[in-house]
Amino acid sequence: MLTNIIIVIAAAILLGVYVSWRAGRLDRLHARVEAARAALDAALVRRSSVALELAACGLLDPATSVLIAGAAHDARAAGAPDELAESDLTRALRAATGQPGFRAALTARGSADELLAELEAAAHQVFLARKFYNDAVAATRAARRRWLVRVLRLAGGAPLPEFFEIDDSVMTANGEDRGADMPHFTG
Amino acid sequence: MKVGIVCPYTWDVPGGVQQHVMDLAEALIGLGHEVSVISPADDERPLPGYVVPAGRAVPVPYNGSVARLAFGFLSAARVRRWVREGAFDVLHVHEPAAPSLSLLACWVADGPIVATVHTAMPRSRVLHAANPVLQTALEKISGRIAVSEAARTTLVEHMGGDAVLIPNGVTVRRFEHAQPLPDWPGPGGALGFLGRLEEPRKGLDVLLRAFRRLGEARPELRLLIAGPGDAGEALGRLPAPLRERVVLLGEVSEEDKARVYRSVDVFCAPNTGGESFGIVLAEAMAAGAPIAASDLDAFRQVLRGGRAGELFATGDPAALAEAAGRLLDDPALRARLSAAAAEAVRAYDWPVIARDVVKVYEAVVPAAGTVAVAL
Repeated sequence: MLTNIIIVIAAAILLGVYVSWRAGRLDRLHARVEAARAALDAALVRRSSVALELAACGLLDPATSVLIAGAAHDARAAGAPDELAESDLTRALRAATGQPGFRAALTARGSADELLAELEAAAHQVFLARKFYNDAVAATRAARRRWLVRVLRLAGGAPLPEFFEIDDSVMTANGEDRGADMPHFTG
Repeated sequence: MKVGIVCPYTWDVPGGVQQHVMDLAEALIGLGHEVSVISPADDERPLPGYVVPAGRAVPVPYNGSVARLAFGFLSAARVRRWVREGAFDVLHVHEPAAPSLSLLACWVADGPIVATVHTAMPRSRVLHAANPVLQTALEKISGRIAVSEAARTTLVEHMGGDAVLIPNGVTVRRFEHAQPLPDWPGPGGALGFLGRLEEPRKGLDVLLRAFRRLGEARPELRLLIAGPGDAGEALGRLPAPLRERVVLLGEVSEEDKARVYRSVDVFCAPNTGGESFGIVLAEAMAAGAPIAASDLDAFRQVLRGGRAGELFATGDPAALAEAAGRLLDDPALRARLSAAAAEAVRAYDWPVIARDVVKVYEAVVPAAGTVAVAL
């Protein structure tokens, strides 16, 4: 009799420990998503800032300037990062930097190398931050699909994190070498 | 006069601005002016003799959709060469705020520049964001034209100053001799509609409801509908026997458009709002179609207060059914309205409109001096 009670109590304790370990794990996953999201937001803001600076630097032709500034402004004005607006900014930047002879023309008109390097770095940062964020989202969504998590509602009221899907490859492989064939993509 | 016209959108894709530029250029040539148009275009396509290609356009996100534009140093260099070699008396740019050739032309040229604004936009973010860059280029424009009151408001709000209102024209001769489609209008009478089917403001729904009323009393009346899109549930609500008398043509070519207007006894413009001018209405008038149109301000003006077409209470199917019924029953009234419409539309014929544009050119061209490349 006593042994049975002890076994039941032990089982209950073990179950409790297990459940709280699972809950803690889920909590850590949510925290990771949040941190990744913050990093992604920062990277996107940085990218649009560099884009605006490029548009305003006076080295571009006005049409390219207006194109980039418009897309960058839309991306920032969307408030919370908006997949469509960010993809549009990517496309605008790719169309601008992918023009044949773009880099050469810029360099000839003044030292834009620093600005372009910064844009490239910012775009790469977006690429990395988005990868890590989606990775965290995937792990969290997988954990929340588990039977125990759903039955015991271990996630509480936390919203299910969403993937952030955008087109983020700003630089064409080799903008200079594409000759007259301008970068082509469809909306 | 030597006129250089800049079209910002690619010549390969049909659109309102491209059509406007083409009609204007041909009307100006008809008036004896020397015209050169520069436009983004694919090299392979044959172009009219007056069009100089500025290279392929790149599809980019612009104003919430994807536009095919030409920008960058290469395009700027092409525009600069065209301006230098053209030695124009006046440069006429279209849609100057779009990041494309027109803006580049303002940038590279000095001298008399006229700009036409086509689109009405809400206070644009683009203009806002790139203000200094845009402003510098747009400051060179000495005469501004808006094609509609809405476009003019946009222009005044964004750039200050004022603009002359010159509406879109219609090339009357392209419509006046069109032949009806085979078997139309037919002995039982026919109504017609042309426009995007899904756009609620085009009012197809109003027409279909009116057709339901009319069709029951007139067993052979048919309805001819041309335009892109899916008529969908509005059509589905019609009883099956009536639905069989509705003929959907889908999107039609320019030539067939002219034939559609000639193929019906009553052309209906049931728009519920939003039309600043109604190019479709003007085309129907040019084709001499008897018209039943919503009583919108713009329509009433074009139809001379009802003398060149029947007006009915906007959005009211019963009123449309009554007006169309009256026209169907009275061939003499139809003939009278048709003649009045053909007469009224002369005011919007491209050669007439082009003369108004030339007056703007003359106002900005100083006694001496031509368009030159900016230093």
